[in-house]
Amino acid sequence: MEKSQLTRRAIPFWRDERFLRFAAQVIFLVLVLAGAAFLFGNMVTGLQKQGMALGYSFLGQLSGFDIGEKLIEYSRSDTYARAFLVGLLNTLLVSVLGIILSTALGVVVGVARLSTNYLVNHMARVYIEFLRNIPLLVLLIFWYTGVFLKFPRVKQAIVLPGQVLLTNRGVGIPWGTPGEHFTGFLWFLAAGIGLGLLVGIVLTWWGRRTGRMPLVIIWSLLTFLVVALCGWFIQPSPPLNADLPYVKGFNLEGGLILSPEFMAILSGLVIYTSAFNGEVVRAGIQSVSKGQVEAARALGLRGLQSLRLVIFPQALRVIIPPLTSQYLNLAKNSSLAIAIGYPDVFYVTNTIVNQSGRAVEMFAVVMSVYLLFSLITSLFMNWYNQRIRLVER
Amino acid sequence: MNRKMLVFLSLVVAFTMALAGCTTPTATAPAGGGEPAPVQTVEVIKTVVVTVEVPGATAEPPKPPPPAGYGVTLKTVQERGRLICGVNSQVPGFGFVDSAGNFSGFDVDYCRAVAAAIFGDPTKVEYRAVTASERFTALQSGEIDILSRNTTWSLVRDTELATNFVHTTFYDGQGMMVPKDSGITTLEQLAGATICVQTGTTTELNLADTFAELGLEYTPAVYENPDQTFIAYAEGRCDAVTTDKSQLVARRVVLPDPSAHIILDVTMSKEPLGPVVRHGDDQWFDIAQWTVFALFAGEEFGISSENIDQVKAEATNPEVKRFLGLEGDLGLKLGLTNDWAYNIIKLVGNYAEIYNRNLGPDTPTYIPRGLNSLYTEGGLLYSPPFR
Repeated sequence: MEKSQLTRRAIPFWRDERFLRFAAQVIFLVLVLAGAAFLFGNMVTGLQKQGMALGYSFLGQLSGFDIGEKLIEYSRSDTYARAFLVGLLNTLLVSVLGIILSTALGVVVGVARLSTNYLVNHMARVYIEFLRNIPLLVLLIFWYTGVFLKFPRVKQAIVLPGQVLLTNRGVGIPWGTPGEHFTGFLWFLAAGIGLGLLVGIVLTWWGRRTGRMPLVIIWSLLTFLVVALCGWFIQPSPPLNADLPYVKGFNLEGGLILSPEFMAILSGLVIYTSAFNGEVVRAGIQSVSKGQVEAARALGLRGLQSLRLVIFPQALRVIIPPLTSQYLNLAKNSSLAIAIGYPDVFYVTNTIVNQSGRAVEMFAVVMSVYLLFSLITSLFMNWYNQRIRLVER
Repeated sequence: MNRKMLVFLSLVVAFTMALAGCTTPTATAPAGGGEPAPVQTVEVIKTVVVTVEVPGATAEPPKPPPPAGYGVTLKTVQERGRLICGVNSQVPGFGFVDSAGNFSGFDVDYCRAVAAAIFGDPTKVEYRAVTASERFTALQSGEIDILSRNTTWSLVRDTELATNFVHTTFYDGQGMMVPKDSGITTLEQLAGATICVQTGTTTELNLADTFAELGLEYTPAVYENPDQTFIAYAEGRCDAVTTDKSQLVARRVVLPDPSAHIILDVTMSKEPLGPVVRHGDDQWFDIAQWTVFALFAGEEFGISSENIDQVKAEATNPEVKRFLGLEGDLGLKLGLTNDWAYNIIKLVGNYAEIYNRNLGPDTPTYIPRGLNSLYTEGGLLYSPPFR
């Protein structure tokens, strides 16, 4: 009997599919790296021909310019590095607040868009269609010059009840400055939070045990409020002193003063992104099959209950990925603050580039900052997405 | 399979290393000029004595090789057929674009003068409107050949930004504009005020310096371009706006109610404005510089676009003759033709004509000449001799 030809002949490498795929990827990678190296080398040569060198030591030089709004102490005798930090904190403030507010507003708009009420539905529709079709820069400039700069001058400020001042130099809101017994009050707040959580846990356990869930969240919040109020009034003197805004000379003093630039960039970004978020939320809710809604009704859940307990958890799985993109868009769009004079990180970078001439280094830094922020945001959102995904058996 | 991949990978790596090793490292070559050709040793076999009549001319010493970068810009501009000039588009009188897309202004006319010197045709210019933030990067990268955008000469800019400042064409100072009904007349009254200023300018730094020196607090409201700055000021977002006095005069013209604003009688700094070129090309710098001097000299010699032909026909002063190219080869030394100065004055005008066309008494942006007059009239315009 012949020896059966069971041994496979080796495939020559130029016909081996797996090898070819591998080789193609390696060659492509090498080409990309070569291209990047060529561009980088070209830039370095160009800079050397001009007599300019790359380096980051200039960040220790004195900045010499002032920044209008800052969250930390800064003066013109601080370094470029500190100026950059001020801009970075401003960007973070606008981005974080923007993300939170635009999500909240987006949910409202998205749910409104699905309402059976004709007026609510169509108002939401007009809102979304209008805002999605205007370039953000146009919206911001209009919002700033057409709305916030048109507020009355300081001498003729509008005074709303509660001593809120509206002027074109800023909106003054009553704020509180910590008094003597502020730390004592903070202890009471901590105790209130602890007690509220305890009450929540106990009630949830009790509800699970008896089968009838009481209003857990309301009771927890109530306990927290009661403890906080006790803490406030028990103190010999009020822990927070009222700081009311008032007009002084050219400007507003006291209270919390929000500049028109800050309000314009924040409200512009929030409103613009909420239109997109509304559509994302609507898509998520509509992705939940109708059977779920009918089953929830059959179980006796009312509108808001079914939304909260059945529809939203399932809708979230569809909402999270596009919502992540919108968050990243918002963070990057905050760089448009330069058009309306809000000192964010891009604006500060621009000034530093102009005064020091180091365009390449500074733009590399600011790009990394945006990249880092975006990566952290998407990392968190992807983790959350993983957590709530449907686990299939 | 793994063996094949490994072999392939090692081949690729070896290839890349060989490639990297073989490429001449241009990035590490000395930036300062080509080295002379390697010296060849030649054996002298025979010495021959030859007597030759040399007609009169003295032997010129061998010229050293010009530094790298010399002549590059002029050659690029001539090959391209037009000059690319970075200008302002938002300041009437200096650099402004009208609704038909035509650029006009004092700095724009300087660009036309350079084009006239190089091509004999002042229309061979392409204008690029650059903002204060991007003007230096545009110049450094070669996007524009020359920057003529009311740029202040400062030490940091001359060194850190790798630029060379051509002689000042307009001596200015920083000023402050306030609404007339605010009743403010001095800087001290602006304590605690909000002041609008443009980003990326020496104005921003001077404002900080001046107020720090006076010990006054203020809040800056900083914007990207002149339009935004003055809109915010007009809306009352800030109590005052600060920039070069020439710009204040020019921009006041386009405010909603020009007569409701006054420019304070304070000068906060020296602002010598002039054209800017890159480091590295001395010939281009000379061309830009001597164009400025040609404008001064034109006014000094009393030559204008109207009488230049007559002056050329009747010239007797040797310096004027050299200036107009009737004698000598001054233009050739610059790399241009000998009628470079003639073209400038005839086609664009001398300094006085350019000034009056853009900032003269008949224009809405009238600025008295002040320091911008000839040295013979108490000003600072002084041209070196044309020889």
